[in-house]
Formats: sequence, structure tokens, C-alpha cells
Amino acid sequence: MADARRLLAAALLALSAALPLRAADVPASAASAADATVRFRAPAAHLTAADPAIEARMLEITGELRCLVCQNQTIADSHADLAVDLREQVREMLKKGMTADQIRAYMTDRYGDFVLYRPPFKGGTAVLWLGPGVLLAVALAALVLVIRRRSQLPDDQFEPDPALDDDPRSGTPA
Amino acid sequence: MRVLKFLIPLTVFAVLVGFFAKGLYLDPREVPSPLIGKPSPEFALTRLDQPGQTIRRADMLGKVWMLNVWASWCEACRDEHPYLVDFARLKALPIYGLDYKDQREPAQGWLAERGNPYDASLFDADGRVGIDFGVYGVPETFIIDKQGVIRYKKIGALTPEVLRDTVLPLVRKLNG
Repeated sequence: MADARRLLAAALLALSAALPLRAADVPASAASAADATVRFRAPAAHLTAADPAIEARMLEITGELRCLVCQNQTIADSHADLAVDLREQVREMLKKGMTADQIRAYMTDRYGDFVLYRPPFKGGTAVLWLGPGVLLAVALAALVLVIRRRSQLPDDQFEPDPALDDDPRSGTPA
Repeated sequence: MRVLKFLIPLTVFAVLVGFFAKGLYLDPREVPSPLIGKPSPEFALTRLDQPGQTIRRADMLGKVWMLNVWASWCEACRDEHPYLVDFARLKALPIYGLDYKDQREPAQGWLAERGNPYDASLFDADGRVGIDFGVYGVPETFIIDKQGVIRYKKIGALTPEVLRDTVLPLVRKLNG
């Protein structure tokens, strides 16, 4: 009986501990959403590079860059004028042989880290990256504390469960 | 211990409310520009009214000036324009326009109709200079100092309050 209660409490706490985990997923899931938009991209670009390899590289890079005009779309996905221009810019930079890092630097020089769907780890983004982990640690610590305390309580500290009152194994005094 | 049981959730709640309340007053469209405090990008563009004459970054060194990004197709620029025309009368600093992704004829018509606050407008037909300045929403306004360093950027339409309370004091400080 008491075991069942402990189990339930543990399950609830584990669930609440798992919630911050989902927050930790955000940067990664944003990136996978970006991958998806590349794959299911509408034929947005009226300008496309003749070289399919460059086009694919361009979409891969701009798929991880945020469009400044419609902020929840990637530059690969957006129909905004600026996004069309920036895709063309990236094509040209790729043709010149620039690396993905150089292109990302070109973007952050102009628009800041805000354009990156995968922000770098530094002072300003430490809370973003570490916050979910800290929350998880706090939740786990709370879980351990509660379970420990409860396991030391005598059974009569728990409310009797009426459905199981006839159970001979129940240690609850009548 | 009993008090803590109430205090901890209450504190967590209060902190959350604090964050949400702050969030209500933040504008997600205002992206902090990495260009502030950095030398302005290079540019060489023809004047809107004189296609034969080119203005370069080097020509602007030695004075504190305003670069106002506008276009004849831009709706918000219409709201901003009268304030800019009024502001230009103060002659507080040279005002240059960057006519962004526009065509010469409608742009010149737009200025003729609404008044021209600009010492000159730079004609950026393909928007390349706009991209170098990190422009993503027109209108945008930059204040650039004597060394060619960007000191201020306003995204969206200027208002009389911004011009009076932010731009003018900054220009006085940079010139002082």
C-alpha cells in the first residue's frame, strides 16, 4: 500500500523532472525542424543556381539561419524579399569557395547571433544552454530528498486506501 | 520548514511573473545590431538625383551624420517622413537617405511629393549596401560619427520623441 503511494509520488516527480528535459531539446529540435523545411521546401526561389551541388549546400546553410523579416522561418524557407537576396548572396559566396563558417560569420557580422538557430555558447547564452540542465538537477535533487524522507516515515503516516483495506498485506492499523 | 513550503513555490511563481511581465514589453522585432560601435561598412553608391555622382564611405568621414534607410514602396516610411522633414529644418546634422531596393523614378516622385529632408539619397537598387548595414526592415536609421563608427541604430519609424530624446542628445555629444 505505502509502496504503491511511493511509486505514484516517484512517478509524478519523475514526470516533473522530465519537463525541463523537453526545454533542453529546443535548440536541437529547432535544427531538425530546419532540416525538415529544407526537405519539404516549397519551390520558393525563382533564382536557383545552375549547379545542384551549390544549391544543396546553400539550402543546408540557410536552413539553419533565421530570416529577420518573418522570424520563425529559415532563410531557406522564407519568401521574404530579404531572404531571396540572402540566398543569392550565399550562392555567390559558395561559388567564390567560401566555407560555411565564413558564411555564418558574414551573417552574424550583420545581424548578430540572433540569425543562428544554433546559438554559440557564451556569456549571454549560458542561461539558454545551461538552464534546462540546472532545472533538471534541481528537480532530481528534490526527487531524491522526497523519496528518502518518505521511505523513513512509518506507514501510519500515509492515508489508508479504502479499496485495499481488506488486503491482509496492508499494514494499516484498523 | 512549513513556511518554506509556501515560500519556495511563491518565489518561483513571482520570478516567472516577473519574466513574463518584462516579456510583454519587449519587441521581438528589435534585434540588437552587432554593428553598433563598429566601423560602418564600405559603400560607393550613386546619388538618387545625380546618377553620375558617387558617394563613398570616405567622403563622409569627419562629420557626424544620419543615414536613413527608406524606399518609395515602404509604408512605414510614409508615417516617418513628416517627422524627418521637420527634423531636417533644425539642421542638427547632415541627413543622408539610403533608397533601398527602389527605382529612381518613383523614388524621386515620392520625395517631390512629400518633401526632401535629405542632403542626398544614395541609390541602392539591388540592396547590397542595405545587407551590409544589416537592414531587414525599412525604415531604419543610423547615426555615424566622425570616425565612421556606427553609434546608434533605430529599427522602424522614427518618432518626434526618439528624435528629440535620443538622436539630438547623441548628436550633441558626438559633436561636443
